[in-house]
Amino acid sequence: MTNVRSDYVRPVDFKHGHVDMTHGGGGRAMTQLIAELFLREFDNEWLRAQNDSACIAMPAGRMVIATDSHVVSPLFFPGGDIGSLSVHGTINDVAMSGAKPLYLAATFVLEEGFPLADLKRIVVSMAAASRAAGVPIVTGDTKVVEKGKGDGVFITTTGVGVVPDGVHIAGDQAQPGDAIIVSGSLGDHGVAIMSMRENLSFETTIESDSAALHGLVAAMVAVVPSIHCLRDPTRGGLVTTLNEIATQSRCGMVIRERDLPVKAQVSAACEFLGLDPLYVANEGKLVAMVPPAHAQRLLATMRAHPLGRDAALIGEVREDPLHFVQLDTSFGGRRNVDWLTGEQLPRIC
Amino acid sequence: MKYIDEFRDGALARHLAGAIAREAEPTRHYSLMEFCGGHTHAISRYGIKDLLPPNVEMVHGPGCPVCVLPVGRIDSAIELASRPGLILATYADTMRVPASKGSSLLKAKARGADIRMVYSSADAIRIARDNPEREVVFFAIGFETTTPPTAVAILDAAALGLGNFSVFCNHVLTPAAIANILESPEVRDLGTVPLDGFIGPAHVSTVIGSQPYEYFAEEYGRPVVIAGFEPLDVMQAILMLVRQLNEGRAEVENEFTRAVTREGNGKAKALVAEVFELRRSFEWRGLGEVPYSALQIKEKYRRFDAEARYGLEYRSVADNKACECGAILRGVKKPIDCKVFGTVCTPENPIGSCMVSSEGACAAHYSYGRFKDVPVIAVAAP
Amino acid sequence: MCLAIPARVVALPGPDAALIDIGGVRKRISLALVEGIAVGDYVIVHAGYALARLDPEEAERTLALFAEAAALLEAPGATP
Repeated sequence: MTNVRSDYVRPVDFKHGHVDMTHGGGGRAMTQLIAELFLREFDNEWLRAQNDSACIAMPAGRMVIATDSHVVSPLFFPGGDIGSLSVHGTINDVAMSGAKPLYLAATFVLEEGFPLADLKRIVVSMAAASRAAGVPIVTGDTKVVEKGKGDGVFITTTGVGVVPDGVHIAGDQAQPGDAIIVSGSLGDHGVAIMSMRENLSFETTIESDSAALHGLVAAMVAVVPSIHCLRDPTRGGLVTTLNEIATQSRCGMVIRERDLPVKAQVSAACEFLGLDPLYVANEGKLVAMVPPAHAQRLLATMRAHPLGRDAALIGEVREDPLHFVQLDTSFGGRRNVDWLTGEQLPRIC
Repeated sequence: MKYIDEFRDGALARHLAGAIAREAEPTRHYSLMEFCGGHTHAISRYGIKDLLPPNVEMVHGPGCPVCVLPVGRIDSAIELASRPGLILATYADTMRVPASKGSSLLKAKARGADIRMVYSSADAIRIARDNPEREVVFFAIGFETTTPPTAVAILDAAALGLGNFSVFCNHVLTPAAIANILESPEVRDLGTVPLDGFIGPAHVSTVIGSQPYEYFAEEYGRPVVIAGFEPLDVMQAILMLVRQLNEGRAEVENEFTRAVTREGNGKAKALVAEVFELRRSFEWRGLGEVPYSALQIKEKYRRFDAEARYGLEYRSVADNKACECGAILRGVKKPIDCKVFGTVCTPENPIGSCMVSSEGACAAHYSYGRFKDVPVIAVAAP
Repeated sequence: MCLAIPARVVALPGPDAALIDIGGVRKRISLALVEGIAVGDYVIVHAGYALARLDPEEAERTLALFAEAAALLEAPGATP
């Protein structure tokens, strides 16, 4: 007579283990990793159903969908990590059309050899960001690539939301005369990342501003439903976003240097590296264009919200057949602030 | 930021602008060359031109070491970086300079060359120490400001007995470039580019002092005012030049007294003299061969000279025919005089080096000042 | 290679080394090219090296020169 022993399944070693090819193989190892990490941390009714897709109820209104890949290096930085960044970034993209973000999907491409301790740290961070924002991660996917074919981990998140009728916020809606408002200090995220780069290391207390902005957006739209444009200035910084909107809306813009909110340390770090804060990435800020009559009311609403305390009116949209974005310098002159060329490499000269 | 913000004060700028406008004689034209790339950048970035009266004109000079680096030298750097196992450490400024066959260091990196951007020559030494089994070459460029750090790196390498480290030396000299501009046919004989005075470089002068410029003031009768980097420094220097010209003086004056003395930095100069010697001649983009204008590594430290170590052969490469970088670097033409400016040649797709470096006259104008050109048709240069 | 900025020396952590501070951002740089630098001094920093000590009296004098231009203006100048 044989004793029937129940299977003992050794739990995934999140302390010392590493991703290996079996974790992407579709077999037991992969299922176990998904169950013990992703399902456990993201836990919700859709994931518990353990299907390859999630069936969600969509409220009435127009659906908005947005997607972003995240390849930030380093993976962990002051103020966040690739996980929290991937949640905030896609929530923000959905929110910038005035939509309420509802659900997220997340895919992971893992490099063979990536430490499971780091993966767990990232997933826990994503789960926390998702819960704090009230936007669940309802479905996802995992793949593994051979060592050397991936930079640790790449994460892609896709988000869906619903925009109520009567709200039409888009990049081509800016009108001459519109007030240009930013929600807070510029360049924090980029500087926080740069400070971790090996050959540039400097000490600073600047943290990434990575944050989910949908609450701020909801408050803004509730008070001023006729906002024309909203966008979050990520890679390429504020000026890149302004140039994008100028091109889409076929207009020009003028902003004032003395009105731009920039933290002293960000200014100093940029000075040091020969960078311009106007072109440095942000991950928790937005820029809004609104008819001038509503500007003050919108500013007051933003400043009352924790993510908009330092909101500032920085300039105006104007007629310009060439769609130039210009800056009135504190010094007294005026100059173009043009599209960024290539990647902003820190200057020496 | 102390010693930075006070020198950017807008109210003081307006007063200085007023003083310049008052003191510039209305019937006279003042043509002033700022030699240093950092000054070109400051003038563009702060819109200083807007604050000058129309008869005071700034001419951009060849003070950007990236701009004057000939294509052939970048080709050599790419050749080095493409050697299997070799690590090329470079300042970020060189990455996008166009080389032969549409290549660049950035593109070579994309093709697999191990090229690492560093902030300091000390970082290159660290890379060599961290990778003892690999050859490491530091791509050294720059005027006299950047030469002492390279000297220190070579001396450190010697002290540490680093057998895998060498320097590809492209250091050039400011006084030689100024002399070349003053000697160039347009200026000396034809008087086509009247240059009434110079704004002397800021940080080069902290090293070499104000003394080397005295020769120019005397020999060529042009005033030189050494200016600090901040926009108020530049405006004050312009005012001082206007005054000298009005008074018929041609002296060397120092506006940047907080960092520049007549003798300069003796310790830095001694370290440079220990490691480097003059090259008989060196090609400058846009200026051709300029005698005694560049440095090479002395025999004593030849083992750290990448050109000797790897048997690099320099091949001179002509600029694109449409490229006017040469004339622009000499101040003979303006960016808008170049047929390809803003069309074929843009910061995204630079044809010549004036467009690559953010301090090049073309890049600075394209990025900051192009909105002013638009209603104006480009005027052909003489 | 002209980008150089004034920074305050806040510590001298080793031979020929300084910890500098600009607006709250700190970095370690080399003092191999200068002499006699003390904590509290301002230096001009370029590519990881201090090139010169900034003379605070000369800095004040220069700022005063700028302000002189204001004092000299009695009637509004032809400001463009």
